[in-house]
Amino acid sequence: MNKKIISDFPQIKSDYIYFDTAATSLKPKPVIEAVNMYNETLSANIHRGMYFNSVKTTELYEEARGVVAKFINAKEEEIVFTRGTTSSINLVASSYGLANLKPGDEIIVSEQEHHSQFLPWQNVAKKTGAILKFVELNFEGKITIEMFKKVLSDKTKVVALNYVSNVLGYINDIKEITKLTHQKNAVIVVDAAQAIQHIKVDVLDLDVDFLAFSGHKMLGPTGVGILYGKSQHLDILEPMEFGGDMNEDVEKTESTWKKYPLKFEAGTMPIAEVIGLKEAISYLNNLGLENIHSYSMNLYQHLQNEINKIDGITVYNPNSDTGILTYNIDGVPAHDAITYYAEKNIALRSGQHCAKLIHDFLNIHSSLRVTVYFYNTKEEVDRFIEVTKEAIKYFKSVGF
Amino acid sequence: MTNLDNLYREIIMEHYKNPRNKGLLDDPKYTKIRIKNPSCGDDITVQTLVEDGIIKDCRQEATGCSISVASASVLTEIMINKPVDEAIRLAENFLNMVSNKEYDETLDLEEAEVFGGVKQFPARIKCASIAWVAFKDTLGKE
Repeated sequence: MNKKIISDFPQIKSDYIYFDTAATSLKPKPVIEAVNMYNETLSANIHRGMYFNSVKTTELYEEARGVVAKFINAKEEEIVFTRGTTSSINLVASSYGLANLKPGDEIIVSEQEHHSQFLPWQNVAKKTGAILKFVELNFEGKITIEMFKKVLSDKTKVVALNYVSNVLGYINDIKEITKLTHQKNAVIVVDAAQAIQHIKVDVLDLDVDFLAFSGHKMLGPTGVGILYGKSQHLDILEPMEFGGDMNEDVEKTESTWKKYPLKFEAGTMPIAEVIGLKEAISYLNNLGLENIHSYSMNLYQHLQNEINKIDGITVYNPNSDTGILTYNIDGVPAHDAITYYAEKNIALRSGQHCAKLIHDFLNIHSSLRVTVYFYNTKEEVDRFIEVTKEAIKYFKSVGF
Repeated sequence: MTNLDNLYREIIMEHYKNPRNKGLLDDPKYTKIRIKNPSCGDDITVQTLVEDGIIKDCRQEATGCSISVASASVLTEIMINKPVDEAIRLAENFLNMVSNKEYDETLDLEEAEVFGGVKQFPARIKCASIAWVAFKDTLGKE
């Protein structure tokens, strides 16, 4: 990519390296400006006021819904704004899961899942008596179709899997998994939080029932997420939050709800953030996801090649499909290692990355994670490699 | 690198590599508290035996980073044979010291003084604190 792109991100500083996009992406100027524009010039609520600013705000908010819909090839009314991936999945789990699952029904999950996908379904299983079935991962930690078929059965009612693992960076074959899921008349709920910023997600082509992602991992503001649901599902799903703007008629004993998606958007929504998200998607569209992905993968490949040359490093995902590389410095707990990088102004993630089960699978307590994205550079990767070598030396010198 | 050297002091590394009073006892006279830090994978258990207001024994089992493991080890060494009220005062003082709050510098924290460098690393305060919080909780359970 080029200098112009880097200048779009005011967070990028010459003495600071940001390698934690999987946690949250940086935000480009058009996104920041859109959020500021709303706060400075509109600051009105949606769907309520008859005055200009409110009408304009409603227009922008609903335009954003259209932009999101187009981005994933959905219909506008199939896009529900939420607080983030976590609340999107919780909505499906609480609404669909609790209403439809019975004792003995099965929910397929995997050890790859982020807690935002795993915990809501664990809760549903506990409350309904349904059983969690784990797809056995292969030696690399990948989900294979063969292994998926082994847990899929006539008892399967829900399949809850990630599109891209937030620790290992693998892209799962969601299209094939969905086809198999539907053969059993089960529904599939996809956590696309780490996919949406890297690959083209086409819900029509994938044929998934539900798909969740967050704005802030795709250049957008924090506090806004998306739940995509097929019309037929959203139509019968009960809302989980009740309050202003989601109702139609309100009576003392009975009330009725608006049609989806609005019945799921109770209370004042993150309006500024939705308007910002629209700009984030435009930004991604302008660059082109294919360009973004190929640039990120070139950088990842360089990172992988260079880190492999260093003695004393264990990489857990040498075949990542996205810009995520997870590793440890041998003999140095991740939390110690991360302190060294932090001192050198390099932002990575250490710990369990909200995915404890995959760490159990890898038989480690914690790990370090680097994510490279289109606003990162080869120079940054080279600097990171140098600092990694220094870190190994330093930790040896103090007795690790 | 002066800051990091304040963190990775020799005594800390020595305790990390040779943790004292390690291993829990299956004895109902002991009080046990386990604390896990879900964000980083630290898993610390502290066990105390109190008789006549004195901490007769203090044991630990810790997995995690060097700071959390060493901190658990140093804790047990300091606390054995201390009266409970003094032990609580020391633990509170230690917790204030590592979290960069006001603390009583005249109180002798013995080897635990080496964790003074932690305050320069806000992200590591929790690592140094876990065992001491667990320790205080074991006394609270009496």
